[in-house]
Amino acid sequence: MERDFTKKKVRWIERAMEGSLFLAAAAAIAVVLGIVYVVASESTKFFSHVSVIEFLTSTTWTPLFDNPQYGIAPLLTGTFMSTIVALAVAVPLGLLVAIYLSEFAGSRTRETIKPTLELLAAVPTVVYGYFALLFVTPVLQTWLRPFGIELPSFNLLSAGIVMGLMIIPYIASLSEDAMRAVPRAMREGSYAMGATRLETSFRVVVPAAVSGVVGAVILGMSRAIGETMIVMVAGGTQPQMVTTPTQGGATVTAFIAQVALGDLPFGTLEYNSIFAAGLALLVLTLMFNFVAFWLQRRYREAY
Amino acid sequence: MAVTDVQAVRDITARPPGLGARKFKDSAFIVWGIIATIVGLGTLVTLVTDLAHDGGHRVTSAFFTSFPSSEPALAGILSAWVGSLLVIATTALFAIPIGIMAGIYLEEYAPKNPITSAIEIAVNNLAGVPSILFGLMAVGIFVQFLGNPNKWFGFLPEGVREAGAHLFGQSILTAGITLSLLILPVVIVATREAVRSVPREMRHGALAVGATKWQTTQHHVLPYALPGVVTGVIIGISRALGETAPLIMIGGLTFVAFLPITRPGDATFETIGMLDEYGAAVDPNATETVHITHDGVVVLPDFTERAVQAGQTLELPHGSSIQSTADWGDAIASWNPGHWLGQEFTVMPIQMFNWTSRPQAEFLELAAAAGIVLLAITLLMNGTAIYLRYRLRKSIKW
Repeated sequence: MERDFTKKKVRWIERAMEGSLFLAAAAAIAVVLGIVYVVASESTKFFSHVSVIEFLTSTTWTPLFDNPQYGIAPLLTGTFMSTIVALAVAVPLGLLVAIYLSEFAGSRTRETIKPTLELLAAVPTVVYGYFALLFVTPVLQTWLRPFGIELPSFNLLSAGIVMGLMIIPYIASLSEDAMRAVPRAMREGSYAMGATRLETSFRVVVPAAVSGVVGAVILGMSRAIGETMIVMVAGGTQPQMVTTPTQGGATVTAFIAQVALGDLPFGTLEYNSIFAAGLALLVLTLMFNFVAFWLQRRYREAY
Repeated sequence: MAVTDVQAVRDITARPPGLGARKFKDSAFIVWGIIATIVGLGTLVTLVTDLAHDGGHRVTSAFFTSFPSSEPALAGILSAWVGSLLVIATTALFAIPIGIMAGIYLEEYAPKNPITSAIEIAVNNLAGVPSILFGLMAVGIFVQFLGNPNKWFGFLPEGVREAGAHLFGQSILTAGITLSLLILPVVIVATREAVRSVPREMRHGALAVGATKWQTTQHHVLPYALPGVVTGVIIGISRALGETAPLIMIGGLTFVAFLPITRPGDATFETIGMLDEYGAAVDPNATETVHITHDGVVVLPDFTERAVQAGQTLELPHGSSIQSTADWGDAIASWNPGHWLGQEFTVMPIQMFNWTSRPQAEFLELAAAAGIVLLAITLLMNGTAIYLRYRLRKSIKW
């Protein structure tokens, strides 16, 4: 009897544990569905007042005016401009660091530099925003003045540069992992043919690791697209069609946060408009995640 | 067959043409690599130096014990750091168990089936979703839906709905849950890696002597995976601590001159009954029997005051408020999560953002000072995590 009881109890604990572990894991699905549901349902309310055509083609975003215009284009140009600047900074620097650490540096150097660089990604973004607004912008203003460029105090250039510095570790770290996964034999083959380390890096290692490198760049890019505080603090909150990085302008994320900063006017069209902007952001990031996934599958070299 | 063209045997020790230039390029690249690394590390140094230069002199003990103020010389981050502490405690309460359990499930239990792949896809995508979208979700679900008693299931008694809705809305609980969902992928991925690195023989040994699956996991896998799990938890928590955007979405306040918990000596206000948005009683004729626990003053709805003593039991109309001074007992009682989970809040990053967006130089100094505190905490946490990971790699050799 006694044994039977213990067995039953043990079996019950097994069942209960497996069940609760599954529920915890299923929470991830619930969160994804929750995000998609909220964004989609509130956007539906928005699109019952504003046509999808206007949303996609109009070039003015003035939800607060008497005659409101809802074109997402100005916000998208802001997002893309800051992202392009960020990538222009982060891709060359990140790849240089990755190649240097993977192919040239000794293991001691690598083990010290890699985690230290990863601290760059740990800095709170609002601190980066402060840095962009009150350090990078003044410095750039002084540097650009001799070239006849007057940089406004809110501009996407310094926001983008600081965002680029923030995503260096994502790109460097993941690319370096991909490069180090390239088998040693491939390098040795190249060295045996008389190639230098540099030639081996660019003609053998990087091509072999390309799927990982591209994945790293796209991950960095989707970080930049979704970043809010840096662009909100340093990039400005005025939605306008952005054509040069020296302009200020609102990004999709900055607009959403800006509206939420005031008292959210629940249930109004303006309130729904932040969800429509959120939908654009969600589609954009999911698209890049998918592209990264597809590229990695398509160009994966199996060893 | 006549040999027509025999290539002369090359001297393999001869230097091929252009070797010097190729070797030079090779070494030159090292310089570029080092420059790129220095740019990265230099950013960190510049950031710290800039903050220290701008706001270092503002980081005093008074800075931690003062509320924000419109007078910059008197302002501090008291409400911000207490808010951060409470929000992070709530975050940890949800993120740590759920994240670790989900990680264990995916690594030890999950069968290969569509549901498992769906969970894995969800975790991977969550890691790439911008934080502000978590904020939008929180506004829709926790603030708009759960924060409104009329939208709760109708069959629940009104008291339960009221109490539940009071905890949600623009509250510490909402903030904590939102941040915990945000860092869930970090904890899950770290747990999976740590669990995966425990050798299969450990499990086989336990299973062979009759341990059940959960007993094996609990006693033989988890203890060895723990350092890796802790590393992931620290990194996740430090990310939650610096996160601003989702908390702005759910209505984190930018100016808070009160604490969600009470200190001895603080004035306390207790209002009686349901009030509308203007502070008037919803039902002017309703009354409630109240047992007074402190000496103090009762302010009646018509603003007349009446001194009361501890121990009295009074019949007070809705809309009255009891004002007294908190003693140690109240202060300790206020640590009860039921007291502070439903309160409004601010956190350090929001406070720093608020000061950054002001034009006056004094407020920018305060922003820099708040930045130093924030940066010091996050870098310290990440440094600890990195050190743990390093120790782990060195000490355990399977």
